[in-house]
Amino acid sequence: MSGAAGVEGGPRTRTGRRFAGVPYLLLLPGLLWLGVFFVVPMVFLLSQSLQTGTLETGYRLTFHVATYSDALSQFARQFLRSFVYAFLATVLALLIGYPLAYAIALKAGRWKSVLLVMVVAPFFTSFLLRTLAWQTILNSDGLVMRFFRGTHLISLTSALGWTNGNQLLSSPLAVVTGLTYNFLPFMTLPLFASLDRLDPRLLEAAGDLYASPLTAFRRVTLPMSMPGVVGGTLLTFIPAAGDFINSQLLGNPKTAMIGQVIEGYFLRINDYPTAAALSFALMVTILVLVSVYVRRSGTEELV
Amino acid sequence: MAEPVRPRQGQRPAGSGVASASGDLVLSSLTKRFGPFTAVDSLDLTIPQGSFFALLGPSGCGKTTTLRMIAGLEQPTVGEIRIGEHDITYDKPYRRPVNTVFQSYALFPHLSVWENVAFGLKRRRSESVETQVAEVLELTELQALAGRKPAQLSGGQQQRVALARAIVNKPAVLLLDEPLGALDLKLRRQMQVELKRIQTEVGLTFVHVTHDQEEAMTMADTIAVMNAGRIEQLGAPAELYEHPATTFAANFLGQSNLIRATVAHRQADSATVALPGGVSVSVPAARLPGGIDEVWVGVRPEKISVHEAGAADPVAGRNRIPAAVVTDASFMGVSTQYLVRTPWQQELMVFEQNRGGTTLYRPGDQVSLSFATEHTFALDASQDAGAGIELDEALG
Repeated sequence: MSGAAGVEGGPRTRTGRRFAGVPYLLLLPGLLWLGVFFVVPMVFLLSQSLQTGTLETGYRLTFHVATYSDALSQFARQFLRSFVYAFLATVLALLIGYPLAYAIALKAGRWKSVLLVMVVAPFFTSFLLRTLAWQTILNSDGLVMRFFRGTHLISLTSALGWTNGNQLLSSPLAVVTGLTYNFLPFMTLPLFASLDRLDPRLLEAAGDLYASPLTAFRRVTLPMSMPGVVGGTLLTFIPAAGDFINSQLLGNPKTAMIGQVIEGYFLRINDYPTAAALSFALMVTILVLVSVYVRRSGTEELV
Repeated sequence: MAEPVRPRQGQRPAGSGVASASGDLVLSSLTKRFGPFTAVDSLDLTIPQGSFFALLGPSGCGKTTTLRMIAGLEQPTVGEIRIGEHDITYDKPYRRPVNTVFQSYALFPHLSVWENVAFGLKRRRSESVETQVAEVLELTELQALAGRKPAQLSGGQQQRVALARAIVNKPAVLLLDEPLGALDLKLRRQMQVELKRIQTEVGLTFVHVTHDQEEAMTMADTIAVMNAGRIEQLGAPAELYEHPATTFAANFLGQSNLIRATVAHRQADSATVALPGGVSVSVPAARLPGGIDEVWVGVRPEKISVHEAGAADPVAGRNRIPAAVVTDASFMGVSTQYLVRTPWQQELMVFEQNRGGTTLYRPGDQVSLSFATEHTFALDASQDAGAGIELDEALG
């Protein structure tokens, strides 16, 4: 509808003053979307977190702030664990995704698009199915497990507390592996986008100015790909911190993440205020962490 | 593609001898082939230390490939590159005492002007980075812009940063790859003077690659005219212009009128050459290739004078073409450009200086042409008379 206004004006748009409102009209669908699906639920969630009552008797807004402190003290462990797992998964995804994106952007030549499709290909099947597949990959008869047993790596990971007993599944290691795997494309694509824009002539110039290939990477490639690093880590860290599938399918009760707790409180225990309070607290925490991170990485002007 | 055994590669630590490795830049039988295509064909060249040297030629003539081999960005197929006593043929780019001003400037967009200029010094862990950068920024008049990012600079300013970033390292050889190509005409003229001043001040060897003959002639002490991977002619700008050795050089540097002719008889200091239509002219013996009778007689357009038909014979010692007709006249202020048809139906280009008192001729006017014997040259007629013309025009 907003587009129609622009099309109608056709050849006169450059001169016509009456089209000064076009940018705002074009913003309208997006703003409506944000209003209906973000602001309204957000207000609703906030109000719910401050209500008291039960599903049977109904809820009333009583500004019961204690729900927050109760929920947070009860689930501090899961809360902290979520951020630790998300952080580990983000670091791992960065370590795997950076060389991958670098190779695709700068070394793949005509295979570039094929490789990019392969990065995105997992999205063609559902998130849930792919995570279930990891159960098969990591189970006791699988190749991975046999390798871990054969090399006695399993004793090491168990000693470190990454796995329990003689199995890989139902362990912190499995959960972090699942998170890393599931969010790797979100890390790789922004990294690819910024590395692909890198002018190879800048690396020639760095070499000409006495920078060895390693120094050229540290002084030119890495700083210039910082927008991709920041974008990729945000896109990985934020959803990973709120994830409730990986820990449920690949972990055990001792690996429970905050997303799982929220899901349980909403859908099984039906304690809406506690679930809403946890959701809100999670969101605010992520927001604070992200703003500190973006400010400290100093990439605002590069993005 | 046989590659010689790599001698002495990587023996010196990075940057060592950068300040001391002085001497001439010597290219010996330098050749680069890309598959079946020979980009640079057995080039032998000595560029004296401290000179401003231009490699001039159309695009695809191999000049940029030569530059990239000196910089270490391409590996020669055959041949050797030396600076003074040091063989640098197989040294990594970051180990050569050579810096480049890139055509695209290739400034680091995430670094300020100051950091861009300091980049090379810091990599070499040079002492007194602050003072050296400050000196070069002053030399290139960039002090006020030290804190800016490249994106905040104009084209001319970016060009100066690219230059500052290279000369601050005081390389044994500074390479300039079409450094002024992206600037508009006025700025380019200004930068030509500027570059020449800076080169004189710092005294480094400048190797300048360009397709712009005016740029090469304005700045360089010595020009090598390159064509198809080879050097056609080498010399000082005035020498190349006045004494072109090939039709390519005659056409690529400025313009030339080339007339097909046969040598009639040779004397001690000059030869009489028969043009078509029964006209004959004299060519100084020194400017006539020996042992060849079929030649192109050449004369630059600004060396020709136009006279009214039937006017008295010009002064002795001048060659004369009678019974010509003006076909086109463009008045351009400082000069008038004529196209004049000769009796044998060839159109010659004439530039006549507007010194006042000269007649302006119109198309259709009957005229005669004259030019001094010493401005007449002759070239081997086996060459293509059109070599170097289209290329120059296409590149503007």
